This record gives sequence, C-alpha cells and structure tokens, in this order.
Amino acid sequence: MPLSHRSYGAARVVSPRGRLDHDNCEGFQRDLAVQLDACTQEGAALVLDMSGLEYVSSAGLRCLMIAAKQAATRANRMVVASPQPVVAEILQISRFNLVLPVFGTTREALASVSPQAVQAFDKG
Amino acid sequence: MRVRFWGTRGSIPVALTAADIRDKLARALLAASGRRFDSYGEAHAFAEETLPFSVSHSFGGHTSCVEFETGHEEYFVCDMGSGARAFGEHILARQGGRPATINVFMSHVHWDHIMGFPFFGPAYVPGTRLRIYGCHDILEQAFRLQQSPPCFPVSFDQLGATIEFVKLTPGQPREVSGLKVTGQLQRHSGDSYGYRFEIGGRSIVYTTDSEHKLEDRAQTAAIVAFFRDADLVIFDAMYSLAEAISVKEDWGHSSNVVGVELCQMAGAKHLVLFHHEPANSDAAIEGALRDARRLEELTRGARPLRVSAAHDGMEIDL
Repeated sequence: MPLSHRSYGAARVVSPRGRLDHDNCEGFQRDLAVQLDACTQEGAALVLDMSGLEYVSSAGLRCLMIAAKQAATRANRMVVASPQPVVAEILQISRFNLVLPVFGTTREALASVSPQAVQAFDKG
Repeated sequence: MRVRFWGTRGSIPVALTAADIRDKLARALLAASGRRFDSYGEAHAFAEETLPFSVSHSFGGHTSCVEFETGHEEYFVCDMGSGARAFGEHILARQGGRPATINVFMSHVHWDHIMGFPFFGPAYVPGTRLRIYGCHDILEQAFRLQQSPPCFPVSFDQLGATIEFVKLTPGQPREVSGLKVTGQLQRHSGDSYGYRFEIGGRSIVYTTDSEHKLEDRAQTAAIVAFFRDADLVIFDAMYSLAEAISVKEDWGHSSNVVGVELCQMAGAKHLVLFHHEPANSDAAIEGALRDARRLEELTRGARPLRVSAAHDGMEIDL
C-alpha cells in the first residue's frame, strides 16, 4: 500500500490508500512504524488521513492499535482524520473510536494536535 | 436438527437485578404511552413484536451449555456450564423415568464450563449413561476435583450414572451415535477445542473460548477451513475488537467483528454470537449484535451471512 506523507509544522500527515486487511497489513505496519519513528525524531504528531482508505479489517485495525501503543509510550500524539463513511462506521463498530481520536477533516485533526500545524495547513 | 441454548454467558453466571427489571419496566411503560391494551394477549403481542429484545427479554445469565437435538434418542451437548442444571431437568422430564444416554463434548475445563455438572440431575440417576468427550488429558481429573471436599458435598464417586471419559484427537473425525465430530485446537489459556458437528448434510461449529489473531495467516487458514460452509457457527464474541486486541489481548476470547470476518471468509451461513461478557447488559449485547449485522451489511460478499446473538432458551432449527 502506498503510504505518502506531508508535514505541517509539528505534525506529519500520513495517507494510506485502498484496502487494509490481512493480505497487506504486515507491510503497512512496517511502513507506519517508519513514519512513527520519524515523528518521534521530529517531535511531531501523527495524523492518519484516512480519506483514501476504502476498507479496514480487524488485522488492519490491529496495526493501528500497535502504532497507537507505540505512540503513547513515546509521548507522540496520534489521531485519525477524514475517514470515508464505511471506514468511519467500522471504527465505531470495533470501538476504535475510543482508542484513537477521530476527526471529520484533516484540518480539525491538525488543530487538535498543534496550532502551528493548522496554520501551516491553512497556508497550503 | 435443533440447537437449544441452555447457557450463553461467559466466565461466570449473572442474573438480572431489581434495578435491571425496574429499568426494563420503565422503558416498556414509556414505549406503551398512549396505547390501550384490552387483553393480556394484546399486551403480550406488543411486548413480543414492538419492544426491543433487550427491554422485553433478557439474554440470560447461565454459562455455556448448548444442546443438539438430532432426532436420535440419545442427547448431545457442548459444555456443562451452569445452564446444565436446567438441561438436566429437561432430560428428566422428557425421559419420564427411562434412563438416558447423554454425550457431552467439552471445549475445555475452565470452571464456567464444568460448574453445572454437580447440579446436573441425570448424573444422580442410576441407569443414566454419560459419555464425556474431550481432547484434554485432564478431563476426568477436573470433573472429580470440583466434586471433592471441601468444594462440594457429593463426591464424584457417589453419582448414580455410569460415567465414561472419552479422549478425542484433534483433526480426527469420530462418529458418535450418528453425529460426526471433529475437534480443533484453539488459542486459550490451558488450550480449548472447537468442534465441528456434521449430520444429515448439516454442519455446526461450536467455537468458544478462542482468541483469533487474523494477522497469523496459517491459523486463519486453518480456522476458515474448519468453518467452511457451516450452517451454523456458535462463536465466542465476548469483547469488542478494540478490547480484544488491547487491554484484553491474550485473555483468550474474540469479538463480534472477527466472528463476521471469519464466517464471511469461510462462507458460513449463520453466525451466532456467544459467551457474552458477564459485565454487559442486555442493551450492550443487543448493541454488539446490531454492530455485527451492520458490519456484515457493509462487507457483504456474494452470499449474505445471517447474524444472531444467543440467549438462554433460544432454539434454532436447521
């Protein structure tokens, strides 16, 4: 799965695309760990922009859980932004909305982690 | 083939409290505001057809005990949780003094799965024949232990029934009075075993106290093969997925989400959520069922999967 990122001040926005399930979760977990390491080095929060994610299975959600635990131990903030309706429902059904804060837009997610990040986002 | 649920709760029996009943009554009265019922029948129909299940009923509180009525004169049951007491009364009433033969299949011997046995009436009746099947070596030891002093006043050796323990080998099908049964090792503290039952072209998988880690491809493939095209899968859905892979990881239980995913992969026809968390209210279990049905809708493939939540007293005909 392509895992592109953009940086806005003290926040890194990571954007998974397509489907995340037991067929590709191992690679996703490795790629996400790299992004999280970079966030730790930069002292940045990680915003997971889910607007390009069409589906996430339990195996994919487990990757997010592992990343969320790592982020918590390193005092990194990790939040979810703009999930598609199906993914938003899966997050609710699995109770993952209680594990990771979920925001309707990337801007709202950035505003929750850093005022500088949202200013950088607004500047484009 | 009829499947009858005598106990559906996990870990420890629970009962409705006075506050729970008062809450249900208040909700029912609120829902009935402005209506008029001229007979008990009208009120009963309203409760049955209009009120949510969690208001008009209860999922119940007995621990695991599920009967399969195959049409054979012998009885077949999975686990001897606290639901076994009522199951025993059912057998005694039905037999009317005639001795019964009962085949018991044990997932494992944690207390909630054996605690009903000391209160299982037919075990005290001379002439009853009890065959207790399982894959654990310590099956007999566990049954004897819970009926040893100082835990219980009647020792195992004082029981009137003829009791035989039969060791099953996982993966090797065995014919038991017309019912073909195959065991499979599951991930649970001390090990547990799921069973696939087949008779007359119908298949049922009983899989409780089992943690599934879908990132483990080999394990997932084995489970999917075990569930393949099953008519009914009775599935440990004790926790939410988030709980099962965080604070309750490695506690040996699964979730409604994983139940839907595995059944969809296996092409199973009917998923029954089972082994309900004792801390969960009727409304919470109803919510887990609603969520599982919605997930099935969102992810449905070529064939729909029916999803239910087991309750004490529920019957399913196959």
